Amino acid sequence: MALSRLSSRSNTFLKPAITALHSPIRRHVSTDTSPITIETAVPFTSHLCESPSRSVETSSEEILAFFRDMAQMRRMEIAADSLYKAKLIRGFCHLYDGQEALAVGMEAAITKKDAIITSYRDHCTFIGRGGKLVDAFSELMGRKTGCSHGKGGSMHFYKKDASFYGGHGIVGAQIPLGCGLAFAQKYNKDEAVTFVLYGDGAANQGQLFEALNIAALWDLPAILVCENNHYGMGTATWRSAKSPAYFKRGDYVPGLKVDGMDALAVKQACKFAKEHALKNGPIILEMDTYRYHGHSMSDPGSTYRTRDEISGVRQVRDPIERVRKLLLSHDIATEKELKDMEKEIRKEVDDAVAQAKESPVPDSSELFTNMYVKDCGVESFGADRKDLKVTLP
Amino acid sequence: MSAILQGAGAGAAAALTPFNSIDSNKFVAPSRSSLSVRSKSYIVAGSDDGTNKSFGSSSLIARRSQPLMIPNAVTATKADTAASSTSLKSGHELLLYEALQEGLEEEMDRDPHVCVMGEDVGHYGGSYKVTKGLADKFGDLRVLDTPICENAFTGMGIGAAMTGLRPIIEGMNMGFLLLAFNQISNNCGMLHYTSGGQFTIPVVIRGPGGVGRQLGAEHSQRLESYFQSIPGIQMVACSTPYNAKGLMKAAIRSENPVILFEHVLLYNLKESIPDEEYICNLEEAEMVRPGEHITILTYSRMRYHVMQAAKTLVNKGYDPEVIDIRSLKPFDLHTIGNSVKKTHRVLIVEECMRTGGIGASLTAAINENFHDYLDAPVMCLSSQDVPTPYAGTLEEWTVVQPAQIVTAVEQLCQ
Repeated sequence: MALSRLSSRSNTFLKPAITALHSPIRRHVSTDTSPITIETAVPFTSHLCESPSRSVETSSEEILAFFRDMAQMRRMEIAADSLYKAKLIRGFCHLYDGQEALAVGMEAAITKKDAIITSYRDHCTFIGRGGKLVDAFSELMGRKTGCSHGKGGSMHFYKKDASFYGGHGIVGAQIPLGCGLAFAQKYNKDEAVTFVLYGDGAANQGQLFEALNIAALWDLPAILVCENNHYGMGTATWRSAKSPAYFKRGDYVPGLKVDGMDALAVKQACKFAKEHALKNGPIILEMDTYRYHGHSMSDPGSTYRTRDEISGVRQVRDPIERVRKLLLSHDIATEKELKDMEKEIRKEVDDAVAQAKESPVPDSSELFTNMYVKDCGVESFGADRKDLKVTLP
Repeated sequence: MSAILQGAGAGAAAALTPFNSIDSNKFVAPSRSSLSVRSKSYIVAGSDDGTNKSFGSSSLIARRSQPLMIPNAVTATKADTAASSTSLKSGHELLLYEALQEGLEEEMDRDPHVCVMGEDVGHYGGSYKVTKGLADKFGDLRVLDTPICENAFTGMGIGAAMTGLRPIIEGMNMGFLLLAFNQISNNCGMLHYTSGGQFTIPVVIRGPGGVGRQLGAEHSQRLESYFQSIPGIQMVACSTPYNAKGLMKAAIRSENPVILFEHVLLYNLKESIPDEEYICNLEEAEMVRPGEHITILTYSRMRYHVMQAAKTLVNKGYDPEVIDIRSLKPFDLHTIGNSVKKTHRVLIVEECMRTGGIGASLTAAINENFHDYLDAPVMCLSSQDVPTPYAGTLEEWTVVQPAQIVTAVEQLCQ
């Protein structure tokens, strides 16, 4: 106890040097950018290519950022859970908790010029791309200030300026779209790549293989990332796929299997994949990950798996705990500091929820906007002209 | 007298009528069409009297009609030349598929973001020769030969469009696009809306459809009716080399997804089109033959059956007004409405199926909006609700023939 008080007092000397950070959290932790090398716990398995090295170059700042971002994503998803149960979020709500390492690890390896497209489990990917919490919550609650102005909902988050292309409700339909993004990058000679995320359920879709063929044929800079959380809604992978080695199913396309609960391994794999895709065309990354919630809020998540399994994964493989252990063992932060950080994040999320709750719902004229582009001052009517009428900009 | 206005390149400002919003006060009856949207940036063949009003009925008569058409693949029909022919200073004669190609090539020259993707569009030159020679000129990346995976390459086109490219996706036969229905409906139509306006999808999906010469059931489909409910897309059907080129160019320039329906049997229609650049309005119907007794609404190939029937009708003393609706979604209820108010009788002739077809929607729209102006119920002649049989005689019976049109007009005009 005395020791920690001592260390916190001594850290006040370091405070001025650290407050140059953008985060509102007053931190006393080490935010060194000097490189640290950490070995991933699980080796990579590869198909038709070499595995990247298990030693990942990172820094204190980066690991701390992982912790902060993942904790924020986790809190956001838990908050969404309560909002759904309070009937403020309706319809479908697919939560990402447990899979956060994928979102943060990927972001650490790429730039905002690289495109990401994913399925309906998109809340955390949106945040990872720079989306704001309040925009996410507003969209979930169907408010005008949401990222899609309340018209998309949980499954349709987009952020064009950060090259985040959504947010798609139909399983697997985003895969050809993602290849289209890669095609455009090649057409425009962008030197950027596209990460096309899909799940183990979508891995059995025909359009995946059609898109793989096209991407491999034309050397498109597409990286297909299979987020294997082992359950396609209620069906386990061994019951739906003859070959659950998703990284191998590309056949002629190289693949890599990655521990998706380890943010550093994800970062390493994505970095490797980006280099590969820019030179040699598509590559498949299979991320071995897990979701704690059911498929969506309507699914309890316990009818097809045991609670022991869920809590087992939570104890052994939780991505945030893993990073916490790293931070503590490398003396980057103390236990108390991390707990304070989590408290701040909790407050941040609660504030965002409160702000989103206050924001207005879209007015009825919004029903017809964004149907077509540039409506030229034309008047637009609903099927019943007398009721709804709006002049489009 | 010419109602053809020059394209944007010519910059002729004086004679141009900018887009006018449909002034709701001009409508006496409410319009059912959910919107009358104009795309930006291109000039249309609109009223040429210089006054700034929405399409007055008088200007429609002076509108472009086909002076001489010598179709060789279809029933030998000459468009009725009673309507004034446009005074073309110069022009060149070509076939419909060449007109499409010309439009496509001009747009690809104009904007490097325009690209074509489809099966056999590149090296083979297109199964109907619409993209012939383009791969040599523009390269493989801009005229992309895809493998046979409609779902994937349609999705790919839409994804590319999200970033700003302007792909033209060709379905070798419209019927094959059923495999891409998910992409067209959910992604193409809806992404602009669900993203709150962040993404635009300026794709053109085109291909031949319709009943051909004994092609069999699966290759004789009319998909207009399946696509018409998809919110967010526009549908147009071309029928002459003139409007084929004009609509192709307009569709490419439009920021909205447009489905351009061509017809297998119309590709070899020959016509003289202007040398100057021009574009057709995507949402406008075409007055083919003005008249007084009855309004006949049609599109695509049935236009020629109607014109052939019109010859017989004129000999019998009738004066039909023939309108090629061209815009299948949204309907040009302004033109149609003005015509109904004049003639009070409507006959719809279409190649779509009876059930849930374009004619069915149009009948509902006319009844809802112009009921007070009708002296007789709206009659709709459509194809039979059967898969198109192979046998030639049976196939003839599935589509509407000129004799049936004549009978229907006589019935309505009693």
